[in-house]
Amino acid sequence: MTSLFLSIAFDGIAYGMLLFTITIGLSITMGVMNFVNLAHGAFAMGGGYLLVVLAGSLGLPFVPSLILIALTFLVIGAVFERVLARRFYGASPLLQVLLTIGIVFISIAAATYVFGPLSAGIRIPEWLQGRFTVGTMSFPVYRTMVIGFGIALALVLWFVLDRTLIGAKVRAAVSNRAMAEGVGINVPLLFSVLFGVGSALAAVGGALSIEIFGLSPTYALDYLVLVLLVVIVGGMGSIRGAFAASLLIGVIDNAGKFLLPHSGAFLIYLVAFAVLIWRPSGLFSTVEH
Amino acid sequence: MKSTALAATLGAVLVAGAAQADPIKVGFISTFSGPAAFSGDYAKKGVELFMKENPDAFGDHEIQIIERDDTGPNPEVAKRLAQELIVQDDVDVIMGIQFSNNAFAILDVANEAEVPVIIFNAATSSITEASPYVVRVSRTMWQSSYPLGAYAHDKLGLTKIATFYADYAPGKDASAAFTEGFEKAGGEIVDAIPLPFPQTPDFTPFLQRIKASGADGVFAFMPSGPYSTAFVKTYVNLGLKESVKLIGPGDIAPPAELDKMGEGIEDAIITFHYSAAVPGEANAKFLKAWNAAYPDTPVDAFAVQAYDGMAALAEAVKKTNGDFDADSFVDALKGWEHDSARGPITIDPETRDVIGNQYVLTIVKNDAGKLEEKLVDTLEAVKDPWKEMHSEQKKN
Repeated sequence: MTSLFLSIAFDGIAYGMLLFTITIGLSITMGVMNFVNLAHGAFAMGGGYLLVVLAGSLGLPFVPSLILIALTFLVIGAVFERVLARRFYGASPLLQVLLTIGIVFISIAAATYVFGPLSAGIRIPEWLQGRFTVGTMSFPVYRTMVIGFGIALALVLWFVLDRTLIGAKVRAAVSNRAMAEGVGINVPLLFSVLFGVGSALAAVGGALSIEIFGLSPTYALDYLVLVLLVVIVGGMGSIRGAFAASLLIGVIDNAGKFLLPHSGAFLIYLVAFAVLIWRPSGLFSTVEH
Repeated sequence: MKSTALAATLGAVLVAGAAQADPIKVGFISTFSGPAAFSGDYAKKGVELFMKENPDAFGDHEIQIIERDDTGPNPEVAKRLAQELIVQDDVDVIMGIQFSNNAFAILDVANEAEVPVIIFNAATSSITEASPYVVRVSRTMWQSSYPLGAYAHDKLGLTKIATFYADYAPGKDASAAFTEGFEKAGGEIVDAIPLPFPQTPDFTPFLQRIKASGADGVFAFMPSGPYSTAFVKTYVNLGLKESVKLIGPGDIAPPAELDKMGEGIEDAIITFHYSAAVPGEANAKFLKAWNAAYPDTPVDAFAVQAYDGMAALAEAVKKTNGDFDADSFVDALKGWEHDSARGPITIDPETRDVIGNQYVLTIVKNDAGKLEEKLVDTLEAVKDPWKEMHSEQKKN
C-alpha cells in the first residue's frame, strides 16, 4: 500500500515537473510583460517536433538535441517578442488572445502538413529506458530524470533571479518598469531575453514531455488549459508559485484519476477554484492587483 | 473539392456520350481533415485503388464520385453535407462515413429522402437498424470485442481483466461487448475505467490503477490514431508489461503506429477484421496492388473497407443495371458474397450488416527488426453478436 502511494506521488511529481518546465516561461511573460501568450503551447509542441527531427530523423544524441532545441527556441522566442508580441503589450487582452490563438491554429495546421495527423515520437536512449530499484520499490529512469531536471531548473532560476545582477534587473522591471528604465536598465532588451528563455524552456519541456504525453498536432491546444491553470493558481510571474502549483496540480490530477477514474479529471478544477477563492491572485503572485 | 467534382463530371459527360447512360452520382462523405484525417485518407486511397484495379467493375455505367469532408465526429456537419448532396447534387447513393454519430445524422436524412447508404467504417451495432436503406461492409465493435472475451479466458488463460476505454459510444460498446463475452466464459472484470475523451492527457494514473487492481490483463480500446501510442508507452514505462497482458480490438494497434509504440505492443493480442497478415490469394493480390500504388503507406483496414464498399456499389449497380431505387439497391446487396482481401464476407440478408472473419493477431518483430502483425487464430464468419443478443428490432 505504501509503495502504491509512493508511486502515485512519484508519477504526480514527474507530471508536475513537466508542467513546471513548460509553464514557467508563460508565467513570466504574463506576470512581467502582461502579455497573454496562448502560443506558448505551440512553442512546447515545436520543441517536441524538433526533437523528433533531430533525435529521430537526423539521429543526433538526446542531450545535444535538447541543447539545440533550447538555443533554437531562444532565438525564435526573442524574435517573436521583437516582431509581434511587443506591439501588443499595451493592447487589450482580447487582441493578445486573438493573435496568439491564431498562431496556435497555424501551428496545428503546419504540424499536420509537415508531420501528418498521426502521433510522432522517438525512441529514448538506452540509458533513460527501464526502471531502477531502491529497496522494494522500482522507479522509471526517465521520470526520475524529469524530476531531477525540474528541481534543478527551479534552483537555477531561483538563483539567477534572486542572487545575480540580471535577476535584480528583472525584479526591478517587474516592480516598476518606469523607474527601472529611469535608472538605465535596458528593459526592452531584458524582455526579449526573458521571452526567449521562456520559449526555450517551453520547447525543452515539450520535448521532454512527448515520451509521457505523446505528440500529435493538437498538442498545442491539448495542454493549454492545464498550463494556464498552473499560471493562474501559482500566481503570474512567480517562480515559487509556478513550482508549487505545478506540483499541486500534478499530484492531485494523478491521485484524483487514480482514485476516481470516472470523475477524477475534474478534481484539479475544484482545487483551482478553492485556491482562487482563498487567494484571488494565486498562491505567490508578484503582481499587484 | 469543387474542381474534383467538376473534372469528374466532364469525364463522365464525355464517356456517357459513348455509353449512353446518365452518370450514377455517389456522395462520398468521410473525414479528410482534423486529427482523424488519416482514416479518411485511407478510405480515399481504397476507393481510388478500386477504380484503378477494376476499371470495368461498373460496366457501361459511369460513376461520378463527389467527396465531402465531415471534419471528424461532427453530426451537424455530416447532416448538412448529406442534405446538400441529396438536394443540390442529386446523388443516387451515399457512401463512406468514419464516425458512428455522423452515420446516425446522415441516415436521418438519407432515410427520409430514400437514398441508399453504404457504410465503410462506423461500427456502432445499431446503425444498420437506423434505416432500411443502409448496408455496412466494415464490422461492429461487438464483432471484434465480444469473441475476444471467450478467447482471452479459454485460450490465453486470463481470469481477471480491467477494461480501459475511450469514454464515448464505440468505447462503451467495446467494453460492454468484451465484458459480456469474458464473463460468460467465466472470467472476472475487476475494474472498468473510462478514459476522458477526446482530450487525452497523461495515462499514468489510470494505468497505476490497473496495476493496483490485480488484473492479469487489460482490455483497451481507443480510436485508431495517436491516443494508443502514448498509452502503450506509459504501459511499458510503469512496468505493467511484465504482469498485465495487453489485449483489445485492432484499433489499438494501427499498423502505421506500431514502430512508434515500440516494445510495449509486442506480444499484445488483438482481434480485427483485417490485417496484412491475412492469408489467401485475394489479400495477396490486394497487397500487391496497394504496395505498388502507395509504397510508403502501410495498409490499413480503413482502406480495405473502402475497397469492399466500392465492390458492393459495383455489385448493386451491375445487378440493377444502374436502374435502382433505395429498395432495389439494398435488395441487390442482401446475401451478397464477396471474396475480399479480409477473407470471405457476406451481407446478412436479415440485418444488412456484414458477416466476416475475425482474426486473432499478435505483434512480433520481423527479420528486418520492424514490428508487424502475425496471425494467431481465425474466428470464422462472425455475425454481429449484439444483434443476436440485444437488438429490440430483431426480437420483435
